[in-house]
Amino acid sequence: MLEPINVSLESLNLITLAPMLIAIAGGLIILILDLINEKLDKSLYVMLTVLILFIDFGSVLGLNVNERGFFDVMLIDGISIISQLMIIGASMIFIPLALTSRRFHEYSYPEFFALFLFMIAGFQFMVATDNLILIFVGIETASLALYTLIALHNRANSYEAAVKYFTMGALAAAFFAMGSAIVYALTGSIELYKVAEIMATRMNEPGLMIAIFGSSVFLLVAFAFKLSLFPFHTWAPDVYEGASAPLAGYMSVVPKIAAFVVSIRIFGMYIDLGVEWVRITILVLAVLTMTLANIMALVQGDVKRMLAYSSISHAGFIMAALALDTTEGNTSIFLYYALFMFTNLGAFAMLWISRHKKRRFNARYDHPYEKFAGLVQIMPMGAVVMGLFMLSLAGVPPFSVFWGKIYVMQAAVNAGYIWLAIVMGLNSAIAAYYYLKLIVYMFLKDPVKDVDTVYYNISKPLMAIIGFATLATVAAIFYVQPLVSYLYYMISASGY
Amino acid sequence: MDNILSVLVFFPAVAGLLGFVVNKESARAYGITVAAIEFFLSLWLWFSFDMSNAGMQFVEMIPLIPDMGISYYLGADGISLFIIIMTTLMTLIGMASMGETKNIKNMIITLLFLEMTMVGVFVALDAIIFYLFWELSLVPMLYIIGAWGGPRREYAAIKFFLYTFTGSLIMLVGMLFVAYIYHNLTGVWSFAITDWYALVLPVNYQLWLFAAFFVGFAIKVPMFPFHTWIPYAHGQAPTIGSVILAAVLLKMGTYGFVRFSLPMFPDASVMAITPIAVLSLIMVIYTAMIAYAQKDMKQVIAYSSVSHMGIIMLGLFAMNAEGLSGSIFQMLSHGIVSGALFMLVGMIYERRHTKLLSEFGGLAAVMPKYAIIFGIMLMASVGLPLTIGFVGEFLVLIGFYQVSPVITILAGTSIILGAVYMLRVMKLAFFGPLDNEENKKLKDLNGRETWSLIPLVAIVIWLGVYPKPVLGPIDNSVKAMLSFMDEKAITQEAKDMIRVSKSSKEAK
Repeated sequence: MLEPINVSLESLNLITLAPMLIAIAGGLIILILDLINEKLDKSLYVMLTVLILFIDFGSVLGLNVNERGFFDVMLIDGISIISQLMIIGASMIFIPLALTSRRFHEYSYPEFFALFLFMIAGFQFMVATDNLILIFVGIETASLALYTLIALHNRANSYEAAVKYFTMGALAAAFFAMGSAIVYALTGSIELYKVAEIMATRMNEPGLMIAIFGSSVFLLVAFAFKLSLFPFHTWAPDVYEGASAPLAGYMSVVPKIAAFVVSIRIFGMYIDLGVEWVRITILVLAVLTMTLANIMALVQGDVKRMLAYSSISHAGFIMAALALDTTEGNTSIFLYYALFMFTNLGAFAMLWISRHKKRRFNARYDHPYEKFAGLVQIMPMGAVVMGLFMLSLAGVPPFSVFWGKIYVMQAAVNAGYIWLAIVMGLNSAIAAYYYLKLIVYMFLKDPVKDVDTVYYNISKPLMAIIGFATLATVAAIFYVQPLVSYLYYMISASGY
Repeated sequence: MDNILSVLVFFPAVAGLLGFVVNKESARAYGITVAAIEFFLSLWLWFSFDMSNAGMQFVEMIPLIPDMGISYYLGADGISLFIIIMTTLMTLIGMASMGETKNIKNMIITLLFLEMTMVGVFVALDAIIFYLFWELSLVPMLYIIGAWGGPRREYAAIKFFLYTFTGSLIMLVGMLFVAYIYHNLTGVWSFAITDWYALVLPVNYQLWLFAAFFVGFAIKVPMFPFHTWIPYAHGQAPTIGSVILAAVLLKMGTYGFVRFSLPMFPDASVMAITPIAVLSLIMVIYTAMIAYAQKDMKQVIAYSSVSHMGIIMLGLFAMNAEGLSGSIFQMLSHGIVSGALFMLVGMIYERRHTKLLSEFGGLAAVMPKYAIIFGIMLMASVGLPLTIGFVGEFLVLIGFYQVSPVITILAGTSIILGAVYMLRVMKLAFFGPLDNEENKKLKDLNGRETWSLIPLVAIVIWLGVYPKPVLGPIDNSVKAMLSFMDEKAITQEAKDMIRVSKSSKEAK
């Protein structure tokens, strides 16, 4: 006779599930609205999505730090709260970019917005747990939704991008599953805090090290795919190119934040256990990623591909901070992304504004450098704003990314990795070249004469978003202090 | 006004922002007025400056990012005071004499932003704020070279930017490491230079950090072998770009040595005397020889300016009051003289659209005013007594003589070599037969050009005859810095090096 399982509702602590449920419910509401009335305009869905995200944001803010819930599966610690806030914040900036003056295919479907909200729920699950299965579920929910969003752009290379991303994502998922399986086989648990305890007791057993190595290799490969680290980065430029510009910008920030949170949990654990091998591998991967992606970015003929490689390089930059495994290092990951988010989304939004339905300049690319030649004469404000974003990405003070950069470099120096800080510095110098290249095209060259250069895809909401991103980029010096102290507090509170 | 430094930094920036509204036709008048106000503000700074006080004055401090130890921290002492005044003066005069007409409004706005960053570098007392202005100054200069320059302007602009940017990132790592050491010792994060002065670092740390800062500053100076960007930058830049570059931007490098390297790493600095002296000598002699071989008038001036920067570097590492004060004085004189020379070359270029020496000859007959002013500036550049160039060069040589007579004698050839290549310019351009038909039609300097050059001529002669009002405060601050370095030095040889010069000073 089985004992009936008694679970009290309080012990479930369901409030920890509230943010994800809000996002899912929001997605369902949008689908139901579409069922009732098919003719609703995209602007309604956009605003509805923003409102749902607003509630979501509020519910995350209201969570208490260091709580568990739902059979101890959910983990609400500092990093899960800040990463959720960043994910939702970035999404709130992203979604109004749908309100272009020209109509683009994907945004006319309400499913786009529903899928978008499901994806956010997936990311939230990913960061708000330390259960390997729930992490897996979160990754898959988010990724499957994202593949579809990419394909909705409705171009030949969007399908290519979606299929490519899907294949690579499936491979990564397989690696993740195998890695988790080994972890489970070693420890009999899939909850990272228990895994860490059990592994710590078994570290000295001879012959076990190979299994621990194995698990870390599989997991590392899985996340190297997700974070587009060298040599698993090859999908990223094609996918970014195929996706619409704002979605590409979004992909270079939000999925990576989520993946970084999980990486902090998993690889932080390995490093804490004293598996130096993981730290060294991450460092090597990070250095290779930032250097090679930078070199690749130098030779790109398309601004979007250049930005794709540049965001790979930035990811490498941040990955190096992860290997430090200090509170400062982990803070720098979030600080960097929080500052990078505005600039990068802004830069991609500028590409979005300059998007034409047909490729006017080049048969192969949407945004070749020539397209921006002499932009300052056609759209002076646009050129200045784009120039600011480029300078910020290059790490010129006092723009936002600079503060992230010095924090990462300071963290590296403090942890005793001065060579790493120097590598980072040199990489920033290499990177400056390709950002400057765009500035040179925009400010120092004349427009291509034989093409009718108009940039009409602008609208008031887009201007507002870009204005906000510009403000956040330029005025970073004034909000870095509260940001740093909040992030540092939250991260040290959750013990990382 | 206690916050005059903030006003000095942000007034041009605000004016630059407001300048977007100003009408195109009035932009030049607007720019000149703003630059003139800024110049008078800097003169006010001089008058309210306490000459007897050797420390930092007009200090302002607002914590910006306390968690990272970054604060908005400004101050000026005798060393930076005159460089600030020189900056505002050269911006004003450069703007007033500017013959550029294309996109004049953009040029004025860019120059105003550039002025903010330049003043910012010289008043910053927080390393990150210093770095901020230092890096930011690259952007307007990039635009000036790239938008108004010669045929290869884009290449020159990018080379200029990337070269300096790379160097300064290495310097940034050095700064972060100093902050880290400071944190380890005191438990507080701070990037304030005055806090860093209190750090006594072990010699091997000093050497590494000296090297890191050296890369950043040496590229800017530019020291041999990091000088390859400057011929391109000067060659392609428009006149105003070259004026500002030579007069102010290069000084940032040497100023950086005075502000950071010497007081923070006294032992390493003493150890670096010989290598730096050798590099400076190469700069002095080698670039003078290159200058002699140039066919282009502007390149002669460009290389001569590098050659004179060598003298400044030599003086900085003399480790005594004469050398240091002389070298800071030489920064001012170099700024004024090479700025004026670049302006003069620009004026002839506007008339003839060529800078090749072979195109000219006998200009003195058609352009007497031009020839006279050029002659005076040329003599000042060579270091003729009773001109501003003599004072600095002489003091530097005296100062370094106490360190190494041999190197000083070799460096002294700079005066001879300078005379050789400068007089060659004089001969080829102004004397000889006036045989080129086009040169016969040349008009002499107009009112605007004359009146923008006359103040510089006046300064060249005034400070050449009576340098005391400027040298006094510089000397004060320099002596304070030297005795501080002496106290701080840990190795005996460094103490000897710095003390020797002081006792000899007392003996006089």
